Amino acid sequence: MLLVELRKLVRRPRTWVSIGLLAGLPTLVAVFLKITGIGPRPGEGPAFLGAVLSNGALFPAAALALVLPLFLPVAVSVMAGDTVAGEADHGTLRYLLIRPVGRTRLLVAKLVVTIVFVFLAVVVVAAVAFVVGATMFGVKPLPSVSGQTIPAQDATWRTVVTVVYVAWSMLGVGSIALFASTLTDSPLAAALGALAALVTSQVLDLLDAAASVKPYLPTHYWLSFVDLFRVPILWHNVSRGFALQAVYIAVFLGAAWANFATKDVKS
Amino acid sequence: MSDLAVIRTEGLTKRFGAVEAVRDLDLEVHEGDLFGFLGPNGSGKTTTVRMLLGLVFPTAGRVELLGQPMPRAGRTVLREVGSLVEGPGFYPHLSGRANLSLIDAAGPGGHRADRRRRVAEALERVGLAEVGRRPVKAYSTGMRQRLGLAAALLRSPRLLVLDEPTNGLDPQGMRDIRDLVVELVDGGTTVFLSSHLLAEVEQICTRAAIVNRGRLVAQDRVEALLAPTGRVRITTPDPGRASELASGLPGVGLGEWRGERLTVQLDGTSPEALNRHLVAGGVPVRELVVERPSLEDVFLELTGGDSADGRRGEVPDAAG
Repeated sequence: MLLVELRKLVRRPRTWVSIGLLAGLPTLVAVFLKITGIGPRPGEGPAFLGAVLSNGALFPAAALALVLPLFLPVAVSVMAGDTVAGEADHGTLRYLLIRPVGRTRLLVAKLVVTIVFVFLAVVVVAAVAFVVGATMFGVKPLPSVSGQTIPAQDATWRTVVTVVYVAWSMLGVGSIALFASTLTDSPLAAALGALAALVTSQVLDLLDAAASVKPYLPTHYWLSFVDLFRVPILWHNVSRGFALQAVYIAVFLGAAWANFATKDVKS
Repeated sequence: MSDLAVIRTEGLTKRFGAVEAVRDLDLEVHEGDLFGFLGPNGSGKTTTVRMLLGLVFPTAGRVELLGQPMPRAGRTVLREVGSLVEGPGFYPHLSGRANLSLIDAAGPGGHRADRRRRVAEALERVGLAEVGRRPVKAYSTGMRQRLGLAAALLRSPRLLVLDEPTNGLDPQGMRDIRDLVVELVDGGTTVFLSSHLLAEVEQICTRAAIVNRGRLVAQDRVEALLAPTGRVRITTPDPGRASELASGLPGVGLGEWRGERLTVQLDGTSPEALNRHLVAGGVPVRELVVERPSLEDVFLELTGGDSADGRRGEVPDAAG
């Protein structure tokens, strides 16, 4: 079942189009920066982007910061929202269940596919950004956000942790979308449901009146990976972000399972 | 044919909120049956089929498939069941062949090594061998229906559950599918055929159940459902004499008389005795037909439709 799901993912043009677009956006930004030489002033615009002009080694982190607020969660929501609802929409869900594929098994396979897609997307974005950054801006030892220099070796593992952190955050999004996907037979509605949750979270995160709930919002710690490029690393928000996403992932996967395992499949 | 119940339901009931889709349904399908499952639109046929296959969970009652309880034993039982439920479902961007291969690989049973061969055979069987490589989105409705049937046949199931299998097919396609179903039953497969095409069921099914508003109204051999109405139609050049003679016989009620055709109602007299009596009396009998209701008559009678010929009360009550 798992291999079948992976085959479906890989053979689907949409998978590659969305990953291509995700990697394309930072590349486009890099081209503009390179041609004009105008970067955002320090402390303004997307994280790291100002520093990228002088050092391409920061570009993977900058690229992730570019796609993280909107583009990446949209891609993940659309993909994960399609997992179960898409099968229902094609009329294939009933045939999979009759085949028979156990409901829990089907859901686990869909989850694994979501994880694979998320990691693939994040890694491809980071890798493409590394190549683009290195060729366009050159690689030097990283100046940290705090001012000191980060040795190259150190920079590598910080980037790896960043990739894992972003992927983990996106898995939170994927879990919400997967749950939504078990609620409806329309992949579009499922993706929209997940995005509605994220937009709500982002709006509340900007609202001073919502200060009391901010630390529990799914999007609150997304950009905290910037702290990984400080010396010394500020682990507080990063570890809180990891833990918070773990709770979201557990709750929404549990809800998805509880709903799907007991649901009348009428699609 | 053995007596093993391939499908058995007891008191099967499904409520969706306040709506009772299926109520207290007792079905029994034996091994080797070609079982017709009939009912008007919205009578709970599809919900029943979905409960049989474990897609919808019953509110009350039990389902047994191949002697095992559903949905609990679904993981083992469903390996031996092929089905077509409410139209086929496929990934439109993939070819028919790739779709069959994916669905085959998704579940247990069936060796990987001979998958290609089984897929090719199934496509061949439904007459899609030529077009198996085209993406499904380029298929006509009829081709999709055939592909759905091919998917159901992939692992040579013991039981086939087919919900409206001839939907969207042209007359030739319908006949092809009917022939295929009969061939499968001859080969030992049990077929549960849900349909609203009465002629189709009347032609090929051995047993049938009729449901109306979620309840079972009849379940019997098709022959028994179509038991004679007791009316006999006589064609003779001398209907006057025939009517005179017939009315002299006890247990004969005179019916219509139109041209050379006379209809009588027999009650206690056999058609043979009537024939003998007429011939002995010198009436040349060209034709003597024992009238049977069509399945449509029985169906409309049992499901509350209007039966124009007023045969009410003469349909065998097979529900008990």
